[in-house]
Amino acid sequence: MSHIWSMIGKRLALGLLTLFIVSVLIFLATELLPGDFAEEFLGQSATEETVAALRRELGLDQPMHIRYIDWLTGALQGDFGNSLSNRRPVSELIGGRFGNTLFLAAYAAAIAVPLSLALGILAALYRNSFFDRFANAAALTAISFPEFFLAYILIVWLAGAGGLFPSMANLRGDPSFGDMLYRTFLPALTMTLVVTAHMMRMTRAAIINLLASPYIEMARLKGMSPMRVVVKHALPNALAPIINVIALNLAYLITGVVLVEVVFVYPGLGQLMVDSVASRDMPVVQGVALIFAAAYVLLNLTADVLATLSNPRLVHRR
Amino acid sequence: MNIIMPLVWIAAVCAAAMAAGWIFRTVAVAVSPRAIAKALKSAPLTASFGMLMILIYIVGAFLAPAIAPFSETEIVGREFQPWDDVHLLGTDSLGRDMLSRLIYGARNTVGIAFATTIIAFAIGSITGLLAATVGGWMDQTLSRAVDVLMAIPALIFSLLLLSIFGTSVVTLILVIAIIDSTRVFRLARSVALNIVVMDYIEAAKLRGEGLWRLITREILPNATAPLVAEFGLRFCFVFLTISALSFLGLGIQPPTADWGSMVKENATLITFGDITPLLPAGAIALLTVSVNFVVDWQLHRASGLKD
Amino acid sequence: MSSNKFMSSGVSRRGVLKGASAIGGAALLTPMGTPMARAQAMRGGTLRVGMAHGSTTDSLDPGSWENDFSIFLAHSSNNYLVEIGQDGSLIPEVAEGWEASPDARVWTFTIRSGVQYHSGRTVTAEDVVASINHHLGDDSTSAAKPILEVITEMTIDGMNVVFTLADGNADFPFVLSDYHVPILPSNNGEIDVTSTDGCGPYVIDQLEQGVGASLTRHDGYWKGDSRAHFDGVEILAIHDAAARQNALISGEVDYIDTVDLNTVHLLQRAPGMVIFPVTGNQHYGLPMDSRQAPYSDNNVRMALKYAIDREQMVDTILNGFGSVGNDHPIGPGQRYFNTELEQKSYDPDRARYYLQQSGLDSIDLEINIADAAFSGAVDAAVLFSESAAAGGINLTVSREPNDGYWSNVWMQKPFVGTYWGGRPVEDLMFTTAYAEGASWNESYWSHERFNELLVAARAELNDDLRREMYFEMQQIVSDEGSTIIPMFAAYVGAHNDTLMHGDEIATNWANDGHRMTERWWFG
Repeated sequence: MSHIWSMIGKRLALGLLTLFIVSVLIFLATELLPGDFAEEFLGQSATEETVAALRRELGLDQPMHIRYIDWLTGALQGDFGNSLSNRRPVSELIGGRFGNTLFLAAYAAAIAVPLSLALGILAALYRNSFFDRFANAAALTAISFPEFFLAYILIVWLAGAGGLFPSMANLRGDPSFGDMLYRTFLPALTMTLVVTAHMMRMTRAAIINLLASPYIEMARLKGMSPMRVVVKHALPNALAPIINVIALNLAYLITGVVLVEVVFVYPGLGQLMVDSVASRDMPVVQGVALIFAAAYVLLNLTADVLATLSNPRLVHRR
Repeated sequence: MNIIMPLVWIAAVCAAAMAAGWIFRTVAVAVSPRAIAKALKSAPLTASFGMLMILIYIVGAFLAPAIAPFSETEIVGREFQPWDDVHLLGTDSLGRDMLSRLIYGARNTVGIAFATTIIAFAIGSITGLLAATVGGWMDQTLSRAVDVLMAIPALIFSLLLLSIFGTSVVTLILVIAIIDSTRVFRLARSVALNIVVMDYIEAAKLRGEGLWRLITREILPNATAPLVAEFGLRFCFVFLTISALSFLGLGIQPPTADWGSMVKENATLITFGDITPLLPAGAIALLTVSVNFVVDWQLHRASGLKD
Repeated sequence: MSSNKFMSSGVSRRGVLKGASAIGGAALLTPMGTPMARAQAMRGGTLRVGMAHGSTTDSLDPGSWENDFSIFLAHSSNNYLVEIGQDGSLIPEVAEGWEASPDARVWTFTIRSGVQYHSGRTVTAEDVVASINHHLGDDSTSAAKPILEVITEMTIDGMNVVFTLADGNADFPFVLSDYHVPILPSNNGEIDVTSTDGCGPYVIDQLEQGVGASLTRHDGYWKGDSRAHFDGVEILAIHDAAARQNALISGEVDYIDTVDLNTVHLLQRAPGMVIFPVTGNQHYGLPMDSRQAPYSDNNVRMALKYAIDREQMVDTILNGFGSVGNDHPIGPGQRYFNTELEQKSYDPDRARYYLQQSGLDSIDLEINIADAAFSGAVDAAVLFSESAAAGGINLTVSREPNDGYWSNVWMQKPFVGTYWGGRPVEDLMFTTAYAEGASWNESYWSHERFNELLVAARAELNDDLRREMYFEMQQIVSDEGSTIIPMFAAYVGAHNDTLMHGDEIATNWANDGHRMTERWWFG
C-alpha cells in the first residue's frame, strides 16, 4: 500500500507543476489574443485617450512579466486578484458558479455513469445482438448531434408551452434541493446523452477484450452463467480502462459544458470563462482555468489510484 | 398512438437500412475479387449498411459539382422556401438550395474532418508509441506536456488558439488536430505500454532492431485495433467541434457549406418543430453511426472472438 | 412529415411581415396584434424580462455601459437630467427646466427638489456635477467622454447648474439624456461606481452580472403613481436566441428584447404572443476607409453603393423588419430627415458605369466582417458579394472572430461592418461618426463643406435654416460619404398579451426607449 501513498504524493506535486505551467500558458495566450482588456472593455466606444487611461488605472501598461509575477505572488498567497472589469474579487465571482457547475456535473454523472455501465455490460453480454446494435446506434446518434442541438430537441420535446420541465435552469430565489433537481433536469439529461456513448462503448470494448482470455474460457467451461462470467470475472479486470474513461468524462462534465450552460441559461463556470476570455479579463480567466485544470488533475489522479486498487497485481507490485 | 407511431417508424427505418445493407453486401460480394469477397461475406448487416453509406458519402463528396442541382453559394430563391420539385429540400436562411449545400457540405466537412483526424493520429500515435517504447525522460516529458495541454478544456483552448491565429481552414484543421492528438497520445501510450513488456518485443530488442523498425513492425500492428476504434469516434467529434465553435462565432468561413455550421445556422427552427436543422445533423449522425458500425466489425474480427 | 406541413402553408407570412414593416416604419406605432392599449395603467405584478445581452464582466460604472442589459437596468434604477419622450421630445426629469443663452453656449439647468434616492437622500446640484464630472478629465475611461467634452465649465448656483460649452449647441439637452449619464449620489464630488443606489423607479435588490437582477419598486419615487406600474422587475440575461424564445413561449418571462428574425414568423403563431417591432434610428453600415485606394475614389464608393441590393437585405437579413437605408445615418422619423433625396437602389449597370468612370472593368475587394458588427452581418456580406458580382465587383467575404472585432477589425481593416444605435438628434450622429477627426469617424472621411455645415447647424436656432443645412449634409454623406448604409433595422421584441403600453412607443432605443419598466403595465 505504501507505494500508493508515495504515488499520490508524487502525482500531487506533478499536478501543482501542471497548474503552474497551465497558468503560464493561459497568461501567454491571453496576452497573444488580439486586443487587450482596455480595448475590449471599451469596445466600439473606445478612444485612444480612454484606452490609455484605463491601462494606466489597471496597471496594464506594465510589462507582461511584471504583471504575471504580480498575479502569481498574489495567487500563491491565496489572493487571485480582482476582476478587471467589475473589480470584484475573482474568488467571489467564481465561488457560487463553481458550486453550480459541480452540482450539475454530479447530477449528470449520477445518471450517466450507472446507465452507461449497465448498458455497456448488457451490450457485451448480448454482443452483436439486435439490442447491442440498437443501443450502440442510439448512443452514437446521441453523441453525433451537437450538444446545443440535443438541448433544443429536448426542450421542444419536454419543455415548451405546457411542457413537463422548465426550459431554463433558473436558480434564482434559493430553490430547495428537490426543486433544483427538477429545474436542472433537462441540462443534466443533455449532458448525460453527451457522455453516455463514450463510457458505454469503452465498457463494452474492455469486457469483450477479455472474453477471449483463457481464464474466462475456463469459467465458461465450468458452466457459469454468461452474466456471472461477465460481472464476476471479466468486469473486475476491465475496470482500469473503464475508470479512466469515466474520469475523462467527469472532467468533461465539469469543464466542457459551456454550450449547455448557454442554452439553459445556467450560471456555471463555462459561461464565465468564455465571457472573460472575450473581454481579456486575465485574473478571471486564470482563476477559472486553474479550477478546470485542478479538476482534471484530481480526477485523473483518482482514476489512477482506483485503477491501481482494482488490480491486486499493481497494488503489490515488486 | 403517440408512442406507437415513432416505434413503427424506427422499426421501418431499421428494416430498410438492413435491407439496403443486405443488397449492398450481396452486390459487393459478387463484384469483388475472391479474397475481399470472403471477408465481406462475414460482414454483419450493420457493417454492410455502414460501408454502403460511407461509399455514398465519398461519391457525393467527390462528385458534388456534378450531382448538386445548384451551386454552393448561389442565391436561388427566397429564404426558407418549402420543399418542392425545384428545391427538393427547400432553401436556407439566405435562399440558397439546401440539398446542394448538404452535398457540398459532405465534401467540405468530411474532407476537413478526415484531414484533421489523420494529422491528430499521426502526431498522437507516433509520440505515444515513442513515449511508451523509449520510456524514461522522453516518456516523462511527453506525458507531462500532454497532461498540461489536456488540463485546459478543449473547447476553450481551441477558442483561444483560433482567436489568436485566425480562422482559416488550415488553422482550424491544425488547431483541432493538435488538441485531439493529446487524446490519441494517451491512448496510444497506454496501449503500447502493455505491448512493450511482451516477450516478443524483448526478443526483437535483443535482435538489435532499430527504434523505428521496432515501433512500425512490432508495436504498431498490435496496437491498431484500439487506435482504429478511437479513430471512428474522433473523426466524428471533429464535426461536433466545428459545430460548437460556430455556436461561439468561430468555425468555417462563409459561404462554404459545412454541416456543423449548417446545424447552428438553422438550429432555432427546431424549437418550432421545423425539421430543417435535422438534415445536416442527421447527415453527421448517419456518418458517425456508419463509420462506427464498420469499426465495430473490424474490431470484432481483430479480437478473434468467434461468436 | 407532418412537422413540415406549416412550411407549405406558411407562404402568406411574407405578406404579414411586409405589413409589419410598413407599420414599424410609420411614425405612430401600433404593434400588430396588440389589443388597443388600455388607457388606464394598473399597478401590480412582477415584470420578467429576458435580455439578449449582459456579460459576467459588466460593471456598475456608468462610463462602461455598452450593452442593453446594463442600459435597461440603468433606466430602471436611475433617472437622468432629461428624458426623451415617446415622440422624441424632451421631458424634464431630474432637471425641472433649462434655459439657453442666445448663442446656445451657456445653459442653465434647474434641478428638481425632492427627488429621492433609494437610500433616502435627495438629489443635489453637487450630485449632478459629480455625475457628469465622472466622465470627464484625463483619467476618464468613460465612453461618454467624447460627447461631454464640449462642456468647459460647470458652476453651481443654489439648485441651478450652469454649463458653459466650447461652441454653441442647440441640442445640448439631448446630450444630457445619454444613457451613460444617470444622476447618482456623490460624496466629496465623486460618485461611487460600486453602489447600486439611484433615484429611479426601481431599487436593485440583487444583481449578478451576466445572470440577472431583481428589483422592487422604489416607494419614494418622485413621479408617484403616474409612472412605474410594476411591483417588481426581474431581468434575466438569456444569450441564446432559441432559449429566449422558449422562455417566452413557456411563460418563464413576459418580454424578450431581441427576437431571432429567422424564426419570428413561427413565434408569431404561438398563442398570446405579440411581436413588437420598432423602426428607429438603428442602422447597419459598411464603412470603407476613405484614405486608402481604391476607396479613396468616390466612383468606386458609388459603384459599391449601387451594387448592393438593399431590398433583398431588408427582406433576408431583417426578415422584413426594417427599411432600406440611403447611405446616410438619419432615420425617417427624425426631425430633419431629408425627404427630397433620391433613394438609391440595386443597379448593376450603374455600378459598372461608376467603375468605368474610375477606369476599371472589374475590381477585387475584400470585406472583413463578423456578426459582432450586427446580427446577420456575415450573411449580409455574402448577399452583397453575390449581388455585386453582376456589377463587376468581386467581393471576398472574410469572417473575423466576434471576439476582438471592435479592436482589431473595425477601423483597422479598410472595408468592414458596423452598427449604430442611432442618436436622438442629427448633430450627435454626424458629430460622432462623420465629423473630420472624430474618434469614431469609422471611414476616416473628411469633407470640407460638410464640416462647415456641421458647426454652423449645431448653433443655429432658426429651424428653417437648420433644416436646410441638415438636408444638404444628408445629400453630401449619401453621395460622397464613405459608408454604405443599406438598412435601418427595427428593434424587434416580443411579449405576451398581458403586457400593456401606451399608444406611442419610443423609437430612440429598443424596449420603449429602455424605459418600459417605467411606462408599461400588466392589463
